[in-house]
Amino acid sequence: MGQGAAVNGVSEMNAHAAVDALPGAMTAPTPGPPLWLLLELTYRCPLHCVFCYNPTDFARSGPELGTEDWLRVLREARALGAVQLGLSGGEPLARDDLEIIVAEAHRLGFYINLITSGVGLDQPRIAALKEAGLDHIQLSFQDSSRQMNDFLSSTRTFDLKSRVAALIKQYDYPMVLNVVLHRYNIDHVEEILNMADQFGAEYVELANTQYYGWAWQNREQLMPTRQQIERAEAVTQRFRERVGRPMKIYFVVPDYFERRPKPCMNGLGSIFLTVTPDGTALPCHAARMLPGFDFPNVRTMPVATIWRESSAFTHFRGDGWMKEPCRSCPEKTRDFGGCRCQAYLMTGDAANADPVCDLSPHHHLVTEAVARAERHAGQAAAAAAQVAPVEKPLVFRSPANSARLNP
Amino acid sequence: MTATPITGTSKPALERRFRLQWEAAQNAHVLLYPEGMIKLNASAGEILKRCDGQASVADITRALESAFETTGLANDVVAFLSMAVDKQWVRVLP
Repeated sequence: MGQGAAVNGVSEMNAHAAVDALPGAMTAPTPGPPLWLLLELTYRCPLHCVFCYNPTDFARSGPELGTEDWLRVLREARALGAVQLGLSGGEPLARDDLEIIVAEAHRLGFYINLITSGVGLDQPRIAALKEAGLDHIQLSFQDSSRQMNDFLSSTRTFDLKSRVAALIKQYDYPMVLNVVLHRYNIDHVEEILNMADQFGAEYVELANTQYYGWAWQNREQLMPTRQQIERAEAVTQRFRERVGRPMKIYFVVPDYFERRPKPCMNGLGSIFLTVTPDGTALPCHAARMLPGFDFPNVRTMPVATIWRESSAFTHFRGDGWMKEPCRSCPEKTRDFGGCRCQAYLMTGDAANADPVCDLSPHHHLVTEAVARAERHAGQAAAAAAQVAPVEKPLVFRSPANSARLNP
Repeated sequence: MTATPITGTSKPALERRFRLQWEAAQNAHVLLYPEGMIKLNASAGEILKRCDGQASVADITRALESAFETTGLANDVVAFLSMAVDKQWVRVLP
């Protein structure tokens, strides 16, 4: 038992940042376990965030799975080796059987993360969730100021979230504060970090918007300028240097401003399995948009069969699907060709290289989108000074807008 | 970052935000924390599962040497624990 072995034998997977790819995930003939299980328990949500990644047609989704179905999914996935569990939505607290789901997940040995807006989390509920074995709560904030928080989520929730943050500490939970960044709040990063420090947050995710679902709908309006991003990164770095206690801050750079793509999901079908409210199993939470798949449903297919055999999970596993320039690229073992959904949304073919990569022949689509957003930001500033109209208003996530966008 | 030197009398304990767990599917101990997981190799797992805040580094070393019928592990244990403290997986009680 050597020191070198003890140190080198450690690998880490982490949802906050792209860390080491798990060795062997790339070309393994039989897949490893779906280590990360994300259950989107409901699309119901009291907020109407403009940057939500939920599909814009969520209002047409089928009925939600019942309690027994979710418990069966937990048991089947755990038997395959799933261990990190995300309970998300929509707003998972909208399910009144959340405590039952948490209790069963705890009994099975999952590490249970509740990903919530905090709306519906009062003292009796957090006490019941603690009792049931919930491990951690990730609380989302839209901004550090009440006005912007309420505007961006189209609701009045800031004071409520502040109370929930206090409850999270009172019940001795580690706290992850998640703030989705975009043009309208990225200049407030310092205030956001000060707020996080006041709340006693242990982890802060400053996650720049990823453009899927509602965020894709609002892409031009939400994308910050390069100058805003650089300033926010510098502010974050200065804060890291002066904060006086352990606090991990993840600044997730928006990939449109990068030259290499993110190693999305460690490659589809590698470690992630998502189940949507109606029971559809997806290799990532945005993958329902990908054409040509008959996505399996946990109502009718065992999770093991879904993971090992369904084309939704096997098709993009490994690197056999790749085209050039990915196929012969030495970096394919690091970024897996990037994001399939982004490749599809921007180029129309999910097997293309993620156009974020500057080796992609479609990279100009990304730089053009950034340039359009810069122009839009200029227009918006002019509109604020009342010298020019804004061409496109923000579209808030709501059942009514969902029906309007998907007639 | 405070670099507390690790000695034979130090009592290491897992940081409270981590959960150590054996995962049969991975044939490994893992450290679980909010939205993340660290897969440990065999020796790291064997050391960490003995870090209960009660046993000293010397106790842990003796237990490992006995369990694996070997000697001379003290330096390896201290080196690993130094890294674990540095990564904030473990804190050391005086």
